[in-house]
Amino acid sequence: MIPELGHFALVLALALGLMQSIVPVLGARRRDAALMTLANSTAAGQFGFVALSFAALTTCYVTSDFSVLTVFENSHSQMPLIYKLTSVWGNHEGSMLLWVLILSLFGALVAAFGRNLPLSLKAHVLAVQSWIACAFYLFILLTSNPFLRLHPAPFEGRDLNPILQDPGLAIHPPLLYLGYVGFSIAFSFAIAALIEGRIDAAWARWVRPWTLMAWMFLTLGIAMGSYWAYYTLGWGGFWFWDPVENASLMPWLAGTALLHSAVVMEKRNALKVWTILLAILTFSLSLIGTFLVRSGVLTSVHSFANDPRRGVFILAILVLFIGGGLSLFSWRAPMLKQGGLFAPISREGALVFNNLFLTTACLTVLTGTLYPLALEALTGAKITVGAPFFNVTFGPLFVALMCVMPFGPLLAWKRGDLLGAAQRLMAAFGIGLVVVGLTFAIEGKQSVLAPFGVGLAFYVMIGALVDLAERMSLFRAPLATVRARAAGLPRSAWGTAVAHFGIALSMLGIVCAGTWGTERIVALKPSQTVSLSGYTLTFEGLAQRPGPNYTAEVARFTVRQGENVIGIMQPSKRNFAARGMTTNEAALMMRGLGQLYLSLGDTKSDGSAAIRLYYKPMVMLIWFGAVIMMLGGALSLSDRRLRVGAPKPAAKSSLQPAE
Amino acid sequence: MRRLVLALAVLLLHMAAAMAVTPDEMLKDPVLEARARHISQELRCMVCQNQDIDDSAAPLAHDLRVLVRDRLKAGDSDQQVLDFLVARYGEFVLLRPRFEPHTLLLWGLPPLALAAGLIGLFFAARRRNSVAAQPEALNAAERQRLATLVEGSADGSPPSA
Repeated sequence: MIPELGHFALVLALALGLMQSIVPVLGARRRDAALMTLANSTAAGQFGFVALSFAALTTCYVTSDFSVLTVFENSHSQMPLIYKLTSVWGNHEGSMLLWVLILSLFGALVAAFGRNLPLSLKAHVLAVQSWIACAFYLFILLTSNPFLRLHPAPFEGRDLNPILQDPGLAIHPPLLYLGYVGFSIAFSFAIAALIEGRIDAAWARWVRPWTLMAWMFLTLGIAMGSYWAYYTLGWGGFWFWDPVENASLMPWLAGTALLHSAVVMEKRNALKVWTILLAILTFSLSLIGTFLVRSGVLTSVHSFANDPRRGVFILAILVLFIGGGLSLFSWRAPMLKQGGLFAPISREGALVFNNLFLTTACLTVLTGTLYPLALEALTGAKITVGAPFFNVTFGPLFVALMCVMPFGPLLAWKRGDLLGAAQRLMAAFGIGLVVVGLTFAIEGKQSVLAPFGVGLAFYVMIGALVDLAERMSLFRAPLATVRARAAGLPRSAWGTAVAHFGIALSMLGIVCAGTWGTERIVALKPSQTVSLSGYTLTFEGLAQRPGPNYTAEVARFTVRQGENVIGIMQPSKRNFAARGMTTNEAALMMRGLGQLYLSLGDTKSDGSAAIRLYYKPMVMLIWFGAVIMMLGGALSLSDRRLRVGAPKPAAKSSLQPAE
Repeated sequence: MRRLVLALAVLLLHMAAAMAVTPDEMLKDPVLEARARHISQELRCMVCQNQDIDDSAAPLAHDLRVLVRDRLKAGDSDQQVLDFLVARYGEFVLLRPRFEPHTLLLWGLPPLALAAGLIGLFFAARRRNSVAAQPEALNAAERQRLATLVEGSADGSPPSA
């Protein structure tokens, strides 16, 4: 009964979605407010029904109702409750249901918070949002129904893929989807603006908070996925340039570019056409990401779907929305008026530079990801594009971006003073150079480039602080003035500085862990020791330990630094009987911002074990940096100017729909 | 269904031995071993998804690691080892495709896009400057409006917009 209820609710959501796809557009044509505002109720209704559907599926998982096919295939009655919940989206069908849940949530949020949007713009935005939703409702109902029944019902499920039974992966997909799907709002706004043929600075102000929010979730989602890969896959890497990772990186790069170009549009009314194009491209890349992961076109660790019908359906959605969006763009964009002149050396110029490099980086990742597929389809030649390719192509672009990054916020709008900005950045240059020198002196043997990487990271971090100090006139004005100016500083200025600081931190972590990390690969018998970077590990022996739905083989190590015992590390291998699979649970020990990383390999009957031991200095900075970037986004989002639906500070006319 | 079984089998192979480079494979000579590790990171384990042979636990990756070390012991240079593997397994084995006619677009597109972007921006800036240098003349309606505005403020009364 409950699965059928969920199925039915999804069909009702589709019915509401179809209504919302057509009626508000007609309303906007006829200037009929009643028809236009219908979208508000249908958006809320869609969310309600999809939420009901999702709740029904969740109930099936929690109660281990194995008469439902997806529950049988992806759950197990002995699994802890948290994994029963997360297996709802740990498979193709459920994850698509999560996708539309988030999509309809965003639609309902626009309807609820977009009170100060012009009526027809809002009607168009919600209609476009509903076109996307309908495409995905149909996709689920026709090719990926999560509520299919089995008869007779089996007694036990097949268990969730053991690699996915992990708290990190429990929240990774929802975060990622909040990011992917969040960009749909920017897309809907862009399409709505093109349909209306009108776009102004206020448009950018409405789009920016949604884009920022999506970007924050995507940043966190990518960082979470990277940390999960780091501690689960057992070889201590944090980014593999796997097509599935690239699928999430591309919308992130385009979304970052969009955030910056929207600033120009909002402040200076320039780059309108480009911003619209970026909004379309960013969501297109999210769709491509969904296609790559969900269609099974690249079979990789993350890919659980292998049904070509699904691939073709998603491809059709892709062609419809990307092709349709870009066609509409090429038809209507020339009608949009360009505004806001600026000199090449200016804040706008710096942001254009940012956009050029971010989009090129995005294109590089896209080319590298799709080239082997295209080449094989066209010529039959099989090549591989892996990490070494991306490192040599993506790396330089990012370094160039980092070099220019501190200049942007220090340049004035319209016409900037490059020399003045450089002078104000002297402290950052100086500290950067000193750091390069110091790093060379202490650790220069390993790599010539790494000290420059560290120096660059410091230069960007100090540069971000210089920006704040300049805005507060720190060291130039009396303390009281500084305090007053700091309090008066817009949150978005803090946000910029914090986010730029964060990306430099991430870079510092990547350079340090990559260059000065050490490793030992040895086989040990009980009571033997292994030393690495000043730490000594003694192998105490192996033990078997039962878990809820697995048995674990645990190796015990005592860790000493010098003579002092600082802790115990217990890497293990878990054997999941239901699927006959083994997962590797590395043991991690924090040492400041670095980590000791111990992974267990083959064990023998004489009690000996092969191990991989790493010391990764500063490695935590990679993910802390991402969290700080996200906090920067949050600060920016809390800026009064952008707060969705915030009342204007001065009570002007309340009848004015827009400012 | 067969593909699914195959994919699962591949996955199982991965999981069975959760260890990449194993201690008994490693060479005694640290310099040679370091070279072997470096080369391994450029080579793909062909039965895995996007994994280099240094990270992969598949039996094939093990064979390739041993092969790489054998060639190094026989005195091959790094390039010779890579050439040997390409001759044997095809270009698919390389994680960094070589610069050849069929990879021209792959290597060429990013720098080309950057160059095109820079040139496009240069011309856009020039065009914008030339537009800015010659502001459009006012049309009759605008001249009229300007005149009323100027008159209005000359009277001392605020201009009515």
